[in-house]
Amino acid sequence: MTQVLDPAPADAAPLPPPLVGGPRPPGFVADRVFRIVAVAAALMVLVILTLIIWVLLDNSLDWFKEEGLGSVFSTTWSPSEGEYGAGALVVMTLMVAVVALVIAVPVSVGIALFVTEVAPRRLRLPIVFVIDLLAAIPSVVFGLWVLRQLASPLADVYSSVHSAVSGIPILGDVFGDPSASGLAIMTAGIVVGIMITPIITAITREVFATCPASQKEATLAMGATRWEMIRGAIFPHSRSGVMAAVIIGFGRAVGETIAVALVIGSSQQLTENLFAPGDTLASIIANQFGEASGVQRSALIGFGLVLLAITIVLGIVARSVLRRANKRLGVI
Amino acid sequence: MTAALVPPESRLRPRKGTGRRRVRSAIATGLIVVSFVLAFVPLVFVVFYVAQQGMKVFSWDFLTTDLPFSARSEEGGIGPAVVGTILITVGATLLAVPLGVMGGIYLNEYGQKSKFAALVRFLSEILTGVPSIVMGLFIYTFWVLPRAADGFSAFAGSLALGCLMLPVVIRTSEEMLKLVPHDLREGSLALGSRKSRTIRTVVLPHAAPGIVSGALLAVARAAGETAPLLFVIGATTTVNTSWLHGTNTALSVQIFGNANSPFIPAQERAFGAAFTLILIVFIATALARIVTVIYTRRTSGAGG
Amino acid sequence: MTSEPPMTDTLIADTTIDSVATMPPTEVDQSLPPESDRPEREREVVFRLAGVEISYSGVRAVTDVDLEIARNEISAFIGPSGCGKTTVLRSLNRMHDLTPGAVVAGRVTYHGEDLYGPKVDAAEVRRRIGMVFQKPNPFPKSIFDNIAYGPRINGTRKRAQLDEIVEHALTRAALWGEVKDKLKSSALSLSGGQAQRLCIARALAVDPDVLLMDEPCSALDPIATARIEDLMEELKDSLTIVIVTHNMQQAARVSDRTAFYTAEPDEQGRRVGKLVEYDETETIFTKPTDPRTEGYITGRFG
Repeated sequence: MTQVLDPAPADAAPLPPPLVGGPRPPGFVADRVFRIVAVAAALMVLVILTLIIWVLLDNSLDWFKEEGLGSVFSTTWSPSEGEYGAGALVVMTLMVAVVALVIAVPVSVGIALFVTEVAPRRLRLPIVFVIDLLAAIPSVVFGLWVLRQLASPLADVYSSVHSAVSGIPILGDVFGDPSASGLAIMTAGIVVGIMITPIITAITREVFATCPASQKEATLAMGATRWEMIRGAIFPHSRSGVMAAVIIGFGRAVGETIAVALVIGSSQQLTENLFAPGDTLASIIANQFGEASGVQRSALIGFGLVLLAITIVLGIVARSVLRRANKRLGVI
Repeated sequence: MTAALVPPESRLRPRKGTGRRRVRSAIATGLIVVSFVLAFVPLVFVVFYVAQQGMKVFSWDFLTTDLPFSARSEEGGIGPAVVGTILITVGATLLAVPLGVMGGIYLNEYGQKSKFAALVRFLSEILTGVPSIVMGLFIYTFWVLPRAADGFSAFAGSLALGCLMLPVVIRTSEEMLKLVPHDLREGSLALGSRKSRTIRTVVLPHAAPGIVSGALLAVARAAGETAPLLFVIGATTTVNTSWLHGTNTALSVQIFGNANSPFIPAQERAFGAAFTLILIVFIATALARIVTVIYTRRTSGAGG
Repeated sequence: MTSEPPMTDTLIADTTIDSVATMPPTEVDQSLPPESDRPEREREVVFRLAGVEISYSGVRAVTDVDLEIARNEISAFIGPSGCGKTTVLRSLNRMHDLTPGAVVAGRVTYHGEDLYGPKVDAAEVRRRIGMVFQKPNPFPKSIFDNIAYGPRINGTRKRAQLDEIVEHALTRAALWGEVKDKLKSSALSLSGGQAQRLCIARALAVDPDVLLMDEPCSALDPIATARIEDLMEELKDSLTIVIVTHNMQQAARVSDRTAFYTAEPDEQGRRVGKLVEYDETETIFTKPTDPRTEGYITGRFG
């Protein structure tokens, strides 16, 4: 007890009870529990990712062991002969992804420019909504549509392109003899291109929107046309951002499965001909995993691991590109 | 033509060489518009073609009848797949949304700029990019395989879709919580409210419409996923309403299975299922938009 | 509960609460005269700050604050922007706990107890020491639910009891007459002045011992401001009020004591807030001892 030389006047309100020593205030435990639950929920992301890597690694060990690293990258996939090389599938996966990017990037940049610079303000929200709808159409529905409606007219286009370029050294091989059904690497690339357009559009749109009005106005004030403004102000400002969008789009293209599985024609024969059927890491899992067993199964799980590794690396690269861009813009 | 000959009132006319620049700009603008139209073409074609083909078989009976035993059969509908898709998607939502919202709460309310929060943000970015087929492989080897035939279930499908939805929900929640004005938090805490209480009674209600809208978008995407379900839910031709037990099927899996079939009835069923799926996905997406619009109207109009 | 008289702290009663964690980094009480020479020794002290220094992520915002805040008085903090007056105010109900990187060093006691002691519950501190903010911040709920929010967290569930508390709090905040017929409508529909009084009523509903006000009138028109000032005068009988204001006339009108802060560059050239002078309001405004106080006050008055 502290000494009180001048006690408070009698009519004054009593002092509040001491802070320490009373009953524990309500909600103390609930507060702790809530925090722990929140941390645990955040931790789940780490847990899931670790489990994915661990489980896939553990189940694909047979493939690495049986084949050895050299034959893992061989270009022969032939379960009946015990050949489980990933090489051909990796190459064809990249071919599909590159075709998809060649289609999707210019279109996406165009749409993003349309939304941010050309379209009347009133139309912007509806346009974004339509792009959202495009992104919402399930992969399997796209695959079905291309398979049943687009494939045979595409086959005709392929044969006329082929006859136009046949005999020309490299072009003649890349645009080679088309498959009669229209199911080909090119077809898969087109579908994947359509499917990654919304994500690339969304990211580039955000990047373009951050271009300061002052820079745009500065070029316009010098008498630049709209195109000159886009080239002079928006593109230099957005280069890294668009680059990151392309990388992220590439990652999605590599992982796209169901539409590709439906329209690529399922051939594991390595080819440089875009008009020939092929298979990708993802589509071969979808098509063969159900009936696979033994080393074939562990090889397919290994393909999943390869896909995962590619997407993780691309994710990290995209992130560092974006971060560098932000740093650069922050400095200036 | 020289400058001396130009009358004063014509000085605002384009200078020499400007014509070509303007043409170039017009062409570029034209290309930009064309690229935008190009994005519409597939959307219109897909929706139109699938609707046209799907309408041929679409009916209440089609939505509720069991699957036929033979692909050749013209009888039967997609009832089990409708039930399966709803069961799996709702299940995934129940798993992923509470967890994702709590994760978002951790990032924005507790972790903030800490190293652990930065790690979680980075990992959920990575998780967002993981191909859905990889998630299917993961759930198959992690959950289904150890349980042998008992492992195939709608629940396994929900697990796979839940893992895909989780990072999306975390991200949306964090973004929406960021928009809650800081003075509301302080107002509540200054009354002696604890942090968890403040989050539950003041912060979350304010962010709820945005989170609901984001979650609906994630659900719409999840409902259309095929790859993660292919190996984890098994197959059935009859309705299975159990979430935890027994094999199941889904609309997307039915489309994938029937798409390549040489038999016309099977192809028609694929289109019927595709039409149903598009309806579900579009309705969920539109709902998400509506929630957002109502929300923005409410918050911006409330002050006046 | 104990039947002993509650712990009190007077100007000459030496407090002996130990806290190793919050020992002041600077010498204590150097600027104040010896305790025995001070007048009004019978006044009770609510807050005593000794050698308080507050920094954000290692950057000092305000330093060397020594002052005592007396019970049932209105104390005003004035000074130019960036002088740390709000920072000091927020240390009185531990609002800095919520800002990552914020550190309160030195010693802050509340009725003689170390406010930052290891066993002290920050939520309980804030329940007793209410706060009203610069911008009215009613929750997007009904008027009733805004007022009932505090009592509900403290466990009051009965409707009749809540009705009583809400009416009482709104009456004390001089808002009851205006809103009694629309308790169910949204608090966001109120005008700025009404919203601020709602926030005061909300703070009063948990029956606090102290009310901290952070420029409560800066967003209000003169009429609404006058109503809040009248209200403060009435509340003084039952509460201790600390107000931060940038309006010197307001400080002169409402407060009993005034603390003048200013910001001065330190050795590294960073501007750091300092308490210059703390005295009865009349003294501060008529014969300040520090030339900086005089400069500020005369500069502002013209």
